[in-house]
Amino acid sequence: MTAADTPAIAVKDLSVVFGQGREAFQAVRGVSFQVREGETYGLVGESGSGKSTVLRAITGLAPVTGGRMEIFGQPLGHDRDAAFCRTVQMVFQDPYASLHPRRTIDATLSEPLIIHGIGDRQERAERVLKALADVGLGPEFRFRYPHQLSGGQRQRVAIARALMLEPKIVLLDEPTSALDVSIQAEVLNLLKRLKDEHGLTYVLVSHNLAVIAHMCERLAVMQHGRFVEEMTVEQLRAGTPREEYTRNLLDAARGYDREKAARFAAMEALEEE
Amino acid sequence: MTTDRQETPAALAEHTQEDKGAGTATDAQAPRPLLEIEDLRVDFHGRRGITHAVRGLSLSMGREKIGIVGESGSGKSVTGRSILRLIRPPGVVRARRMVFDGIDLLSADERTMRAIRGDRIAMIMQDPKFSLNPVMRVGDQIAEAFRVHRRVSRREAKERALEMLKAVRIRDPERVYHAWPHELSGGMGQRVMIAMMLIPEPDLLIADEPTSALDVTVAMQVLAIMDDLVSSRGMGLMFISHDLDLVASFCDRVIIMYAGRVMEVIEAKRLHEAQHPYTRGLLASLPRIDEPREWLQTLKRDPAWLEEA
Ligand SMILES: Nc1ncnc2c1ncn2[C@@H]1O[C@H](COP(=O)(O)OP(=O)(O)OP(=O)(O)O)[C@@H](O)[C@H]1O
Ligand SMILES: Nc1ncnc2c1ncn2[C@@H]1O[C@H](COP(=O)(O)OP(=O)(O)OP(=O)(O)O)[C@@H](O)[C@H]1O
Ligand SMILES: [Mg+2]
Ligand SMILES: [Mg+2]
Repeated sequence: MTAADTPAIAVKDLSVVFGQGREAFQAVRGVSFQVREGETYGLVGESGSGKSTVLRAITGLAPVTGGRMEIFGQPLGHDRDAAFCRTVQMVFQDPYASLHPRRTIDATLSEPLIIHGIGDRQERAERVLKALADVGLGPEFRFRYPHQLSGGQRQRVAIARALMLEPKIVLLDEPTSALDVSIQAEVLNLLKRLKDEHGLTYVLVSHNLAVIAHMCERLAVMQHGRFVEEMTVEQLRAGTPREEYTRNLLDAARGYDREKAARFAAMEALEEE
Repeated sequence: MTTDRQETPAALAEHTQEDKGAGTATDAQAPRPLLEIEDLRVDFHGRRGITHAVRGLSLSMGREKIGIVGESGSGKSVTGRSILRLIRPPGVVRARRMVFDGIDLLSADERTMRAIRGDRIAMIMQDPKFSLNPVMRVGDQIAEAFRVHRRVSRREAKERALEMLKAVRIRDPERVYHAWPHELSGGMGQRVMIAMMLIPEPDLLIADEPTSALDVTVAMQVLAIMDDLVSSRGMGLMFISHDLDLVASFCDRVIIMYAGRVMEVIEAKRLHEAQHPYTRGLLASLPRIDEPREWLQTLKRDPAWLEEA
């Protein structure tokens, strides 16, 4: 197989079970997908359906109980080494939890460089300032603490941190749901530009179908730990999904409507019976 | 259950308002606004100077759904927290007037504020997991909220907590009841917070990005719960959101904030006709499913906006 055919990410029959015995809960139930190098692959679907867990399984943060995962053809075992961290980075859904409350932004952004022994003090400072500028934050933010930032500012710091090691694959869990629409546009433009410049590969989780349509070539729709369908962005734009669940998502994305809400509730109640 | 209208959660339906005094649905027509703010200013004093987070914000709202939108850092959350007097030093809050249902929030003592907080005014914080107690099971936190606000027995509190979880469309309420906060998905945490804040049946609910982590079908059902509380009980809803399309379809009026000020107030269904270049800029930066484009427009800020309003 040539390098060009080797997918950046290959996941086969992944399953994740939290807890044991009576408490066991299967959050991911046999999920398979491949992401080509340079592609942006979207994950959408029901809240609690396992999207974050799929990303966390790749980064070694979820209890995988079955299946295989490969990064550029390399099978992933139990542990993730330094080389993995340089290749794959993740932006977490919850910017509060992912930033250490008692570390300045400078410390947060320098940390990966220090761990991987990159640069001297001066070089690190320059890279921190450049990373801040890349996500639209001025130098005045460098020595602030997370609680001194607005929600959107925190998320931009989280994105900046993921990019510090110049990874090849970035797993983005709701990277813009805490951002205002203009910063969202800036961050999405930034992510696209970085992808073009560095040939990055993204997996993007978002509830915002317009964001998915804008960024992704293909996407998967999840419900109850499974993929209910995989589709191209053209199918999404044309509004021609195969599954009723996906059609409901598209319908809901058109805006709030009390009657529509009642219809969804009734459908879910039926499904539960 | 196959009702064609989503039911208001039973836990909320049989509400007991006896100890809440004035301000229930019956005087929804009363001319007195639910909340009036005049010239609110919030500064944070730091080593590197002062951040003017809110710079003279005025608003008046009734028992309606009012949307607050505006770019990141424009002061939306700080405004919400100021109403509850949750800004701590080095933050300094000043206002000419800040009155909630006849109560002067500026001069109220801490005891009065404690009685108001979470009971008459509730706030769903932007960061749900941060607001949950990490070492207490999710269900026990909701049940405790019931016991505090409704004086019910332990068993009843548990039953009602489970009902609330179902009402916010949590699929397996039993499992989630016994889960720890870190075991919840982003959207589950958000719904747990919504459930908790609705228990005391507040007169004013400040919801800071309450549905940002929910998929759109669940978001819509959760919004329907709030919508029903506004229309049936006359709750006032301050809905802080970045989702302009959602705000336009869900709210009655929208306040657009920029740099700590109100730039414009507009009828929600006319949001897309807004004329102010700032609002137009926000709208233009949205990606659209049916209009593919390579790059998204970003906002070109005009220094003159800082002097407006
Ligand atoms: N550490 C954990 N322990 C136990 N259960 C967990 C844990 N983490 C996640 N889960 C469960 O796994 C399921 C999937 O969670 P996940 O966070 O992947 O959902 P999601 O699709 O990302 O949802 P959202 O869109 O709300 O973020 C949920 O039911 C959640 O309660
Ligand atoms: N505790 C604090 N100390 C210093 N500055 C603060 C503090 N809290 C907020 N700020 C600043 O006040 C301004 C307004 O913050 P606020 O959280 O209200 O923004 P927001 O409109 O809610 O933004 P977002 O949409 O990103 O949540 C921001 O510039 C922020 O950095
Ligand atoms: Mg998630
Ligand atoms: Mg905020």
